[in-house]
Amino acid sequence: MLRGITLLLLFQLAGEVISRLFALPVPGPVIGMALLFAALAWRGGTDEGLRSTAANLLQHLSLLFVPAGVGVMLHLHRIASEWRPIVAALVVSTFLTITVTGLVLRALHVHEDPQS
Amino acid sequence: MSGRLGDIWVYLAASPLLGLTMTLLVYQGAVWLSRRCNNHPLANPVLIAVAALVALLSITNTPYQKYFDGAQFVHFLLGPATVALAIPLYAQFGRLKRMLAPLLIALLAGSVTAAASAVIVGRLLGASDATLYSLAPKSVTTPIAMGIAEQVGGLPSLTAVLVILTGILGAVGAQALYALLRIEDPAVRGFALGVASHGIGTARAFQLGEQTGAFSALAMGLNGLLTAVLLPVALPTLMRLLG
Repeated sequence: MLRGITLLLLFQLAGEVISRLFALPVPGPVIGMALLFAALAWRGGTDEGLRSTAANLLQHLSLLFVPAGVGVMLHLHRIASEWRPIVAALVVSTFLTITVTGLVLRALHVHEDPQS
Repeated sequence: MSGRLGDIWVYLAASPLLGLTMTLLVYQGAVWLSRRCNNHPLANPVLIAVAALVALLSITNTPYQKYFDGAQFVHFLLGPATVALAIPLYAQFGRLKRMLAPLLIALLAGSVTAAASAVIVGRLLGASDATLYSLAPKSVTTPIAMGIAEQVGGLPSLTAVLVILTGILGAVGAQALYALLRIEDPAVRGFALGVASHGIGTARAFQLGEQTGAFSALAMGLNGLLTAVLLPVALPTLMRLLG
């Protein structure tokens, strides 16, 4: 557990340093994820400590969005006055994105990988 | 007696303990409720927890900043959790390599659809510029979306809220949409949900299965990268075209 969380933080830290050093538009944790992925690919596997820490953390992934979500209360006024365009934009865009991504991937994927 | 209780309340309201404990308690209550509803997509734990906490804070007249002083410890874990997504992702390495080109093409199509359709629909229905700039990055994970919003002239904290609403919408509606479109492959399901609905979609995808979750995590990471690079360049042009 301790080793696992330390490793995750180290990769995040490395990601932050790279992000800032090269003034990248991509935040540190995402670069950290890419670095960890590369490290796993290079080593050819995960160890048990890291795997169980990650599984624990990801099991409660939804929880981590709650504090930012509660921030909705700061914007109730704007959302109330612009609720129509906001709701329409979110609903149309979210479902259209799932549809477009899903259909494009299915079309290409069946073509390239017929046995699966 | 009520004076002493009042003193205790004043003390607790000022310490991070209360915000943190409330977040954990309310979230576990929301998960319990969601399970009681057999994980029905409408009983989304984030949705229930956010609604309950907003109600609680409003009733007790607690400002968001006070609450966040405690809740930030949970918020902080988003960073290491994002890094941790590399692990389920790595488990799908084989499939990922075989599907790389289709995945990248679908990613580009989905990423452009997500930002452009939100901005176009919002503009047509008369949203203000600040709202449009805050809407554009709403399909990518919170920390990236907030960074992009700041860069393009949106309101980062509004973006955080729109990101979460988008996540909840995708998590709630995805299964019905898959049934409608007859999308059955877990990889395709996960990838589409991850492009549209980032981490909350990914949390939902893991409920649907390990492979669905892994592809959702992949899509979320890739869409974060692509949107961060593409949007600051493309959005001003789109806004000019829309007038």
